[in-house]
Amino acid sequence: MDIVPEITRQSITNLVKNDKREDGRELTEYRDISIETNVISKAEGSARVKLGGTQVIVGIKPQLGSPFPDTPDLGVLMTNCEMLPMADPTFEPGPPSDDSIELARVVDRGIRESELVELDKLCVEEGKHVWMLFIDLHIIDNCGNLFDACELAVMAALKSTKLPVATIVDEEVVLSEDETFDLPINNELALCTFVKIGDKMIIDPTLSEERVANARLNVGVTKDGHICSMQKGGKEPLTKDDVLYCVNTAIEKVKDLIEYL
Amino acid sequence: MMSEMIREDGRKFDELRPIKIEAGVLERADGSAYLEVGGNKILVAVYGPRESYIRRLLEPNTGVIRCRYNMAPFSVDDRKRPGPDRRSSEISKITADALRPALMLENYPRSMIDIYIEVIEAEGGTRCAGITAASVALVDAGVPMKDIVVGCAAGKVNDEIVLDLSEVEDKEGQADVPIAMMPRTGEITLLQSDGDLTEEEFAKAIDLAMEGCRQVSELQKEALMKKYSTE
Repeated sequence: MDIVPEITRQSITNLVKNDKREDGRELTEYRDISIETNVISKAEGSARVKLGGTQVIVGIKPQLGSPFPDTPDLGVLMTNCEMLPMADPTFEPGPPSDDSIELARVVDRGIRESELVELDKLCVEEGKHVWMLFIDLHIIDNCGNLFDACELAVMAALKSTKLPVATIVDEEVVLSEDETFDLPINNELALCTFVKIGDKMIIDPTLSEERVANARLNVGVTKDGHICSMQKGGKEPLTKDDVLYCVNTAIEKVKDLIEYL
Repeated sequence: MMSEMIREDGRKFDELRPIKIEAGVLERADGSAYLEVGGNKILVAVYGPRESYIRRLLEPNTGVIRCRYNMAPFSVDDRKRPGPDRRSSEISKITADALRPALMLENYPRSMIDIYIEVIEAEGGTRCAGITAASVALVDAGVPMKDIVVGCAAGKVNDEIVLDLSEVEDKEGQADVPIAMMPRTGEITLLQSDGDLTEEEFAKAIDLAMEGCRQVSELQKEALMKKYSTE
């Protein structure tokens, strides 16, 4: 289903060779971004992000559960991504595809490795009850670069998340009906995704650019300029210079992205 | 005697919840629609008619319609596990059945139309809202149709027959009668009923639901006019 016409491949490759793109952007320019939070009143945290034509919705639902035995005093994060068949004619319903699992895991890695959610504050009773945050990503329109859109959405949703206050009464957890607290967050991050076309790395690829490209690099950077996650994808290799260039560009670009949050 | 009754959310017995419909909200899909009714938020995308790539579904002399109704895990109070369950499978099936009569599928042999209904947030009456939105998305996709199918429910709450049940009314109420119809001919394309109703009450509920459908139908047309009128 995913066949790129040769003429599209040539035209996109030629444009990039001359530092141009099909939609007139610079090689390091993002499409328009808009972020709305609290779009789902039944979810404790939520956001809807538009990145050009790409649209994702994320909802965060907490549940009380048992901690993992090796981290009895830490809350749990779980990220799941549904590439809805509505988003793209080639997406199929059913169990998550490899692409969808990779997407969820890359987005999750950024949040997890930057340690921006203070998981120790999500412990209600050590070894027994902790908050588990289910982060559910819904891809509703795929016009390329789902990675960055999803990470922005998750970050915005986490910032808007409010949990009910939980106390232990007679060894049972009691949830307050009206008292909530903001999810404790101590940092911010964004993901920058590049693809390689010809010998150039371009940021925020559109769908056709993604299809033409043979290599991809995601770079997750926190507000203080630290790299917290990276992932290389695609069948072709990248050079060391490519990677260094991407990291350098990402650190600059993330400052702009975080402004939107 | 019941016309003065005020419901829990302040509505009159024959009053719909506020509705917002928008056509053409997604880029990739051939047709799409967004609908809000009360606390429900529903997105629908339509693909096709396109060549059926699923062999076993292919019909040599007519097109087929596939429908997938899906609730987001965050759409309800307690997180719903992702993926189809028995309820959504049933709703998917009856939604396809509700829309099929309006489509001229015989003109599209060997092809299929896919309808994806995503409940982003649920607050009672999602199946009817899904059908209403799906019809708008089908028009947006340019699929030839005989009529724009519309859905609406009536039910029984505190022994009164009321229109368009909210989530609370659905849970605490005594009966729920969702219907879908083709407003031009008045033909009913979906009908379910659960709960306890007398024959009279049922007749009343049907009339009320059909009246609700006609009101929603006007809003569907308005949304399409807004998108497609050339001013």
